[in-house]
Order: sequence, then structure tokens, then C-alpha cells
Amino acid sequence: MRKIECDVAVVGAGPAGLAAAGRAKAAGAGRVLLIERDRELGGILQQCIHNGFGLHLFGEELTGPEYAYRFITENQAAGVEVLLGTMVLEVRPDRRLYAINRRDGMLEIQAGAVILAMGCRERNRGAVTIPGTRPAGIFTAGTAQRFVNMEGFMPGRRIVILGSGDIGLIMARRFAWEGAKVEGVFEIMPYSNGLTRNVVQCLHDNDIPLYLSHTVVEIHGQERVEGVTVAKVDEKLTPIPGTERRVPCDTLLLSVGLIPENELSRDANIELDPVTGGPVVSDEMETSLPGIFACGNVVHVHDLVDNVTRESWLAGEGAARLVQGRQPRGPLLNTRAGEGIRYVVPHRLHLANLKERETTLYMRVREPAEHVRIEALLDGEPILSVRERVVRPAEMVSVKIPPGSIPEGRTATELTLRVVKEGERG
Amino acid sequence: MSKERKLICIVCPVGCEITATIDEEKKEIVSFTGNQCRRGAAYAKDEIFAPKRVLTTTVRVEGGFLPVVPVRTAEPIPKDKIRDALKELAALKVTAPVAFHQVICPNVAGTGVAVIAERPLPAEPGEKAG
Repeated sequence: MRKIECDVAVVGAGPAGLAAAGRAKAAGAGRVLLIERDRELGGILQQCIHNGFGLHLFGEELTGPEYAYRFITENQAAGVEVLLGTMVLEVRPDRRLYAINRRDGMLEIQAGAVILAMGCRERNRGAVTIPGTRPAGIFTAGTAQRFVNMEGFMPGRRIVILGSGDIGLIMARRFAWEGAKVEGVFEIMPYSNGLTRNVVQCLHDNDIPLYLSHTVVEIHGQERVEGVTVAKVDEKLTPIPGTERRVPCDTLLLSVGLIPENELSRDANIELDPVTGGPVVSDEMETSLPGIFACGNVVHVHDLVDNVTRESWLAGEGAARLVQGRQPRGPLLNTRAGEGIRYVVPHRLHLANLKERETTLYMRVREPAEHVRIEALLDGEPILSVRERVVRPAEMVSVKIPPGSIPEGRTATELTLRVVKEGERG
Repeated sequence: MSKERKLICIVCPVGCEITATIDEEKKEIVSFTGNQCRRGAAYAKDEIFAPKRVLTTTVRVEGGFLPVVPVRTAEPIPKDKIRDALKELAALKVTAPVAFHQVICPNVAGTGVAVIAERPLPAEPGEKAG
């Protein structure tokens, strides 16, 4: 069996893996190895051919492939090594990886630090349990995106989209532009799950209707999808009898959410957060297993790649610090999702880091609200409050904690984030 | 003659619903309601009189690593030119290899804007991905 030794091994070369590997190298790690199962780098970015990536980070609206290209060329220049077509099968707590590819067969990779960057998967029909027949023509939105944008063929001509996630909205426009008829986007929630910008530029621009509080209750067709039955839902998201309507179509796209891909993490007994579905991480992006880091959608599903990159830079730096023996020491503080907050990442913060650098906490709210404050409480005592005019579950909220926000010598154990309603004028 | 136009602002996540009253002869916006900031007013002005979009799509490739290459307009083009641009690009075929930001079409749909490749695409028939 071929054996490789490296300082930092990164599993997955999508936006998270690319940024983490590059940063680990830049931060002084010696040999950095980026392992990717596809035959090229970039992950999902290569099929996201629309623009809008990098606005926050680079002040430019790049397309997915352009965003990937930027990191690929930087990594190449920095000397990040790449293993393509290679699937990691197992991650051991001693930072040994087992992988497989056509050239080497089995591979053993001993790393000083491992960064997990496997991204996420789309929820599929099984995850949302739609009754009906099982014909061809049911795709997740991302699969359809790959077919159209990379493989160069159209999976259908008359499309219904279930779920208003961003990929679904983007694909609605893509199909319309390729000459297909998009019958509508049906969203079970009373609000869209995608960015407002996508609702406007993908749906309104192309006269594609968005039906809120609607869902697909049945799929019709034997060999191929022939139509779906849609219905309105009540506040409990239960279909309302008598509101059913049949919509003819040959294709049903599902844009019903993403799930962090943590098969490797689970097998390695890495502690997972039941809410995010991803590893519990420190502010170094280190998981519960020392020396094993994680970043990007494998930790929690992001809506902006810019945030994936920022988080992955932390992981790359964290991994480099570990292999150089520069990891922060001393006590950690737990973060907790309080009222109105669904989750907070990272889960643990080094007091030493809080003292020295700005810390960004990422969170999602439970429901849409206007004129609120996001409050940070240190063992029950408010230390920070940020005003937000509008918060929505679909748009991640970030709260920056300036260095030195924790009073010197303070023995704190928990930082709680919560949503506080303000008066009409905040 | 004045006319009302409703639109949703996309400048920030608030998504204000702006109603603009337009003087059709002077091509001017007489008044706004609903926007909560000045950026919203600027957005509405552009969006009403000169809506533009960056067009992203794919173009067929001969002998490439993939059968299509993603392309985009180098600058935003008028929204009403998108259909024409799509038709023009659908008829094109380029030969691999394609370089990063290679010009695929110098002037799409008479807009004066070039269409460029979003990625390099090596010439490689090889095996299919997957």
C-alpha cells in the first residue's frame, strides 16, 4: 500500500477545502495535501455558473468557476499538492486517512492535522416523503444543475420546482433561459427560503410564479413524470383538503434543503451537533478529535460562499498552528443558542483567542423578524448587542466580537446568543 | 402622464417594496414610497429606466474535457437583450482548449459587450466524470 506523509491533509476540494489548504500553506504548514474524489478541483462551484460569488470578500461578483479558479491558481502557486479522483474511506483519530484511487489502489495518508471539507448533500424525495409513483424525471435541483451546466443536456422541458432554496430559484431561471417552461416554484413555508435577490432576478424577471404555503402532495406518471398535484398548506404545514390542483409537467426538481455530509466524521466518532448536522467545532474550527478540523458546509450549511471561505481560512490557520505547536492554550467558553436562535457556530471559544482577535459567530434565527437585536450574554450578563432591521432563517446572521470584549481575568463558561424584539423604531 | 411601478429592492436583505411614481414623458421618477434608504432609490431608478443583468449560460465545446463551457457577459447587458443573446450563444460552438476569460463572442446581440469563458477547459475527450 502506498503511504504518504504530510503536515495537513484536506478532505474535499470545494470552496472550503481550497481555502483551507491555501491558508494552511500560507500560514507555514510544510506539506499540504488536498484530496478530491472528482476529477477536477472546485466542487460545486464548477456547476454554479451564475454570478454573485465573492461580493463580500472581494468586492466583485464572480461566477462559481471564476471563484474556484482564483483559489486553484493561488494554491498551485503556493505549492499545495493535489490528489484527484481519490476517495477518502476512513479518518482515524490518530489523523491517519485511508483513501482509494485508480492509480494507487489503497492509500494510507498520515497527516499532522486533518481538515474535513466534504460539503453537503441535497435532501431528496425520501427526505420529504412525497407519495405517488416512482417515475423518471425527479431530480434534486443540484443534480439538474450539473446536467445542464456541466454535462450539457436538459433533464426536461416542463418543470415544477418544489422548495424555494437558492439552487431551486437559480435553476428556475436557468431552465427558462434554456427554453423550458417552468410552471412554478412551490414553497411549503409562508416565506421564501432563498435570497430576495434570487426571488427577484430569477423568478420575477422571467415571470415564474412563486406559490408560498404550497406543497406537492402527489407525483403522477408511470415511466416518466406526467404531472404533480399541489395543494395549499395550513399553519401546521398540513395540506388543506379541497385546494388540490394538478399541474402537468415532465420534471420535478427538489430544492428542499441541504444536509452536511458527515459519514466520515460519524465513523470517526467525532461529536456532531444535532441541529446543524455537522461537527461541534472550536473557534480554531477544530472538532472534538484533537488535530481534526472541519469547515464549510460539512459544519453547517451556508448561504454565501464568502462565509465558507472565511471559516475555512480559520481552519487552515488552525491546522497550521497545530502542526507548528502554536495552538492556543487555556480555558474555553461554550456558545449557546438562546431564544429565537436555532444554532451558533463555533461551539467553543478559546479565551486566549477572544482576547487577541476578532471572533465571528455565525447563527441562524428560528423565524423571520423585523427590528430586533441580537444579544450576546456572558453567563447571563449582556456584553454585546447588534441591531438587525430584518432577520430571516434563510440568511445567516453573523455577530463579530471585538478583541478584548471579555473582561480581563473573568472566569466565564458560557456565551448565549438570543434575539430580542425592539420597539417599532430600533 | 404619471404611472406607478412596484418593485422589490435587492440591495440588502430587507427587501423593501418600493412604489415609484414615474413621469413617462420626462423619463423621471417623481416620487418613491416604501424604500427605507437612499440606496433603494438609486436601485429603483436603474431598475426602472435601464435594467441590466450579467448573463451567464453555457456554450457547446468540441473535443473538451466537458461538452459545454460556462460563459458570461463581461459587463451587465440590458435586460431586454437577454433573449437575443441567449439565442446567439446557443448557436455557437467553440473548440477546446478554452482559456480562462477567453473571448467567446466579441459583441453579443449588438450590445457591444463581449462574452467570456468562466473557466479554462482543457482538450481532453477522456472518460466521463462521475
